[in-house]
Amino acid sequence: AATRGGFMARLKAIFTGKKEIDPAILEQMEEVMLTSDVGVKTTQAILERLREGMAKNELSDADAVWAALRAEATRILSIGGPRPAKEKPLVVLMVGVNGVGKTTTIGKLATKWSADGKKVVLAAGDTFRAAAVQQLEVWGKRVGAEVVKGKEGADPGAVAFEATKKANEAGADVLLVDTAGRLHTKVNLMEEIKKVKRTIAKAMDGAPHETLLVLDATTGQNALTQAALFKEALELNGLILTKLDGTAKGGVVLGVCDELKVPVRYIGLGERAEDLREFVAADFVEALFGKDDGEAEAA
Amino acid sequence: MFDAIAKGFRQAKNRLAGLTELTEQNIETALREVRLSLLEADVELGVVKVFLARVKEKALGEVVRVRAKGQGGETMKVSAADQFVKICHDEIIEFMTGEGPALTFAEKGITGIMMVGLQGSGKTTSSAKLARYLQKDGKKPLLVAADMQRPAAVEQLQVLGKSVDIPVFNIPGESPVAICEKAEAEAKRLGRDVIIYDTAGRLAIDEALMQELADIKTKVEPENILLVVDAMIGQDAVKVSKGFHDRLSLTGVVLTKLDGDARGGAAMSVKEVTGAAVRFAGIGEGTDKFEEFRPEGMASRVLGMGDVVGLMKDFEDVV
Ligand SMILES: Nc1nc2c(ncn2[C@@H]2O[C@H](COP(=O)(O)OP(=O)(O)OP(=O)(O)O)[C@@H](O)[C@H]2O)c(=O)[nH]1
Ligand SMILES: Nc1nc2c(ncn2[C@@H]2O[C@H](COP(=O)(O)OP(=O)(O)OP(=O)(O)O)[C@@H](O)[C@H]2O)c(=O)[nH]1
Ligand SMILES: [Mg+2]
Ligand SMILES: [Mg+2]
Repeated sequence: AATRGGFMARLKAIFTGKKEIDPAILEQMEEVMLTSDVGVKTTQAILERLREGMAKNELSDADAVWAALRAEATRILSIGGPRPAKEKPLVVLMVGVNGVGKTTTIGKLATKWSADGKKVVLAAGDTFRAAAVQQLEVWGKRVGAEVVKGKEGADPGAVAFEATKKANEAGADVLLVDTAGRLHTKVNLMEEIKKVKRTIAKAMDGAPHETLLVLDATTGQNALTQAALFKEALELNGLILTKLDGTAKGGVVLGVCDELKVPVRYIGLGERAEDLREFVAADFVEALFGKDDGEAEAA
Repeated sequence: MFDAIAKGFRQAKNRLAGLTELTEQNIETALREVRLSLLEADVELGVVKVFLARVKEKALGEVVRVRAKGQGGETMKVSAADQFVKICHDEIIEFMTGEGPALTFAEKGITGIMMVGLQGSGKTTSSAKLARYLQKDGKKPLLVAADMQRPAAVEQLQVLGKSVDIPVFNIPGESPVAICEKAEAEAKRLGRDVIIYDTAGRLAIDEALMQELADIKTKVEPENILLVVDAMIGQDAVKVSKGFHDRLSLTGVVLTKLDGDARGGAAMSVKEVTGAAVRFAGIGEGTDKFEEFRPEGMASRVLGMGDVVGLMKDFEDVV
């Protein structure tokens, strides 16, 4: 062991031997990823790629390894893909499990697009949850957007169909369709949302143009199955990650993006209309793995 | 899918399969697999470490016990794997089990139950469910809509209250603290003996809103403060529950959305950091989808091993 760190040994490692990243750095990185909900599998996969991808002379330099981690995470999250078509109206279907922030995000998007001068219509497609329609109506009023709704307990597909027709007739630029929260494991509810999507297509060719899955940043590994099953059922165009204003890091999206290649479009940073931002991979990664973590520790 | 999830723990068991005795060495290997399984189940990393330390201690103790037995000429008929699984299983139950009754009732007068938690965790739904549950038990609850923040939160509770035939109290335009304060008089007027306060969702780091909860607590002095936690929550469970506990001294936890496939590791994390155990489980959106939490049933789910219970029986039979 005495010769391990010796000059000849190091020289030999540089030219022939397989050098490893300092285990202490690895352990630190693993801890940061695991406590940010990145998950065991994705964490291991990322660390493995770091080992393979780094030049030998960088392996023992902590800053270089951290920089490589950030670069790898940014790469995973930077998923390209076609941006929404210039359809009129652009029909957006919002889906996700219970309580993640679908309705609120619709309110935020409606606010944003209205401010851009677009005419926005909302569809109250959650005909199930208590007062879900009233909740959307409050948002409609705030934004000055028409809300198309059905009778209580109405078929969500019928409401979405009606709303698509109306948005078309009214010359709206955007139609945002709210849907009831549903757990991805409930087969009947997943069938129902598929049908809603098909019904919208009947009202307008090519619609919905965007099907967005809302994920809650406080969610742990379950987000992986949520995304997988919603994608399987509906072919998602993008993700929205809400509740990033809290202490949760939302690291599970790394695994989601790595495995499913669905891009994150927006992030939610609060309950108010203005608390929505476009997703910027590099900024998110900085918040996730930023080295100055003193702030988070103090919280 | 469940198989994939369960793999980690099965591997731990397989590592030990065929071995007749627990040893320091095979325990280490198995513990590494359990660590992975618990992390996959969203048990918080720090809590996982504490758990593993305790299991290790017990398992080593078991080694000593078996050796002592062996010298006496007896042989163990169970495999090391089963023995190890049982230790883990028991320890998880230990980690989730609360002492005493789920709810405390006032000796005389009206009992207060405050529902608190993050946005969207299921407070309003659980308030209505709990009211229905208590009503079935002969109690006369009053629901108080103290969320004046989220759009249509009051209407939501009103609809739910109506569906279970339980009155809902609110004063339009009033502050949550004032509403809660005035609820007791209303309960007396209506001859109600339990008040359930549904509060707005908030972050534990939102100082102003946490102060509001502390003020409500001071005013109404509820016997019970339940943190409502989404079973899908990840590592944040510890910061959240600690944040609420430090300000309010939680008495219990409601774990919601257990009807999905989340492993629900938070049940371990929350209890470990606050001492407040999960007391009720939400298992669907309907107001009847609510039950008392059973740590025994949950342990296999967190471990990622559906057949543990059967295994346990075998073990009990031979030992
Ligand atoms: N802190 C925070 N809260 C949020 C955010 N987005 C939504 N919320 C809150 O989360 C809660 C649930 O939001 P909703 O929009 O009702 O969620 P939903 O997915 O429509 O819920 P269901 O329709 O019941 O499935 C509400 O209290 C929102 O105010 C966010 O980005 N940050
Ligand atoms: N599947 C399922 N859904 C649930 C359960 N409990 C609540 N929900 C759903 O989760 C969503 C949020 O529930 P709420 O009761 O509105 O949550 P909350 O904590 O009051 O939300 P805020 O007041 O906005 O903070 C709704 O869609 C509920 O129907 C449960 O046990 N299982
Ligand atoms: Mg909604
Ligand atoms: Mg509520």
